[in-house]
Amino acid sequence: MERREFLKIVTTGPFLIGLTAKSASPKQNPLKSVTRDGKSRVAVARDPDVWRGKRLNEKRVGELLDKAMVAAFGVARPEEAWEGLFSRGETVGIKVNCLAGRHMSTSQELVWAIVERLKKVGVSARRIIVWDRLNKDLEKAGYKLRFYGPGVRVYGNDHAGYYPRLFVAGEVGSLVSNVAVKECDALIDVPILKDHGIVGVTIALKNYFGAIHNPNKYHNDIGDPYVADANLIPPLRNKTRLIICDAFLAQCDGGPPFMPQWAWKYNGLLVSTDPVALDTVGWKIIEDRRKEVGLPSLKEAGREPTYIATAADAAHRLGQHDWSRIETVEI
Amino acid sequence: MKPKMDWSRREFLGGSCAMCALAAMPAVPSSLWLSPPRRVKGLHLVEARHYEKLQNRKIRCKLCPRECVIDDQERGYCGVRENRGGTYYTLVHSRPVTYHVDPIEKKPLFHFLPGTVAFSIATVGCNVECKFCQNWQISQVRPEQVEAFDMPPDMVAEYAKQSGSPTIAYTYTEPVIFQEYVYDCAVAGKKKGVRSVMISNGFIQKDPMDELCTVLDAVKIDLKAFTERFYKELVAGELKPVLDTLKLLVKRGMWTEIVYLMIPTKNDSKSEIREMCKWIVGELGPDVPVHFTRFYPQYRLRNLPPTPVSTLRAAREIALEEGIHFAYVGNVPGDPGENTYCPNCHTVLIRRVGFEILENNLVNGRCPKCHTEIPGVWS
Ligand code: SF4
Repeated sequence: MERREFLKIVTTGPFLIGLTAKSASPKQNPLKSVTRDGKSRVAVARDPDVWRGKRLNEKRVGELLDKAMVAAFGVARPEEAWEGLFSRGETVGIKVNCLAGRHMSTSQELVWAIVERLKKVGVSARRIIVWDRLNKDLEKAGYKLRFYGPGVRVYGNDHAGYYPRLFVAGEVGSLVSNVAVKECDALIDVPILKDHGIVGVTIALKNYFGAIHNPNKYHNDIGDPYVADANLIPPLRNKTRLIICDAFLAQCDGGPPFMPQWAWKYNGLLVSTDPVALDTVGWKIIEDRRKEVGLPSLKEAGREPTYIATAADAAHRLGQHDWSRIETVEI
Repeated sequence: MKPKMDWSRREFLGGSCAMCALAAMPAVPSSLWLSPPRRVKGLHLVEARHYEKLQNRKIRCKLCPRECVIDDQERGYCGVRENRGGTYYTLVHSRPVTYHVDPIEKKPLFHFLPGTVAFSIATVGCNVECKFCQNWQISQVRPEQVEAFDMPPDMVAEYAKQSGSPTIAYTYTEPVIFQEYVYDCAVAGKKKGVRSVMISNGFIQKDPMDELCTVLDAVKIDLKAFTERFYKELVAGELKPVLDTLKLLVKRGMWTEIVYLMIPTKNDSKSEIREMCKWIVGELGPDVPVHFTRFYPQYRLRNLPPTPVSTLRAAREIALEEGIHFAYVGNVPGDPGENTYCPNCHTVLIRRVGFEILENNLVNGRCPKCHTEIPGVWS
């Protein structure tokens, strides 16, 4: 082996992450899912045939995603929405939620549908990172880890590491995953729709606890204001361009672990660029289901997710919590 | 093992902990040392000793006053204990992230084997979050985020012995959250004639503390303030359980010292100091030493200046006025308030500069002049 070849291999190793470095010219003014009169729009798209037995029907997942994107952004074709959100050459992180294992995690069918659509607008596969807290969480949910190579990268913060600067936002002081800080230009938050035994619900806002190094410190007081504060951390706030909540299978009690007795097929997706509006809508879906199956409301259960309202207050301004400022488009 | 953050381990330990510790490393003949401990990755699970099982695979941790109720696959507030299928595990037993040989004065313990060294270890994790933490890079992280050493209790005891340390110190982070490991190391140490001291925030439940009292030889408690408000806003903890721990330690006859880090405008009012000193004298007695130490801006509390030396001296004066026999000024090397004086005749018993002992005039634990017995563990 020649010295140059040797050096190439040696330097490729430690700097692999460098291959997915940020773009020199990230997208300016990406599209927002807002109405003409400034309301936050949340698309709720459902398809009773999205399941084929125990598995999701990939084709129908893709079609549902397209419909949801059209509805959320008020465009004629889904491509217009994707083009308005991401550009060729950008690196995009897809933050999934895989804590609860195979049955109650962001589904791969949805993730690969997102990847396909990103590729269509010129984001190359090697500039897409599917990430979560830990490699083992991703593996438990059925994802195959991939740290390098020409395809999509899949790894946890334990591979990427944390950026060595403490981000302080309100009551939160955290290190943040290198995926969010160093590697990506844009983030897509792809949570699930689930009850949470401490903070009430875990949807879009709470999903970013998987991006910080010390989420265990911030579950006190039903996560209020900590969940809202964590979402103020600049790389998370500024880079999140889209939220696609996987609600094909949702859970109304017993979370965060998977509890089959409380899971139900909602057969849907929630899409928005406003995490607070999306969480507000998602929370209502969970409350409605709790009522339907005879469970007390989350308030009665002592874990009303008040952090969602906090995220909308004057100190946070992360989105809309007031129903009069939210437009839900059901498909 | 690949560090999980963008800094090396030594940088990671930077700050007062690592720098002081490394600088203070005594000259130990290398031939005395065992081979260095193995660096390990991956989580190491040992079942926790203080918890109860609840319905739906949940558990309630009974180690510290938080009593975290934890779902399957989740961790408690401290981040170093995990519920796996309804069984609760500590992830840090036998997994220290740092080990050093420090002067015992660095802990600080001024009435416990002065002039000796302590083999000092810490795992990651803490059950509070002080906004002024000096060692947040190890106290506020989770086990998978920092490389650790494989150091079972017997090895800790052996290292202590080989390094000439009569004591193992559980320190730097918060030993409460590695309680099982502290206990097992202390037992292993006892078998080799090595004592154990714990440097703690005292935020622990009675049973686990009682258990530790059977194997520890001294405890230093960081009393961070004397108001619940301070504990809530700057510590994310509570004062009352810490006071209960102090009472328990004294009741058990444990050698106990208190450190009070004085933070300008936050816990340095004369009235608060006086109230605290009255409580100490009334509930613990006048012989528990109190160290008023200097704050330096750290972690999330960087907008305040270091404590003026005059504030520390004033606090020491208040303590003496209130009847505390041994009040010290800390983190001000060379200050006369670092010395131990006889409470009866005021003779200098131990003269210190920083962590160094310049003179130790005690004779069999007594004042050489008036023969007053000086409380402490002197031999
Ligand atoms: S030791 Fe840890 S898990 Fe247990 S109650 Fe305290 S913070 Fe919670």
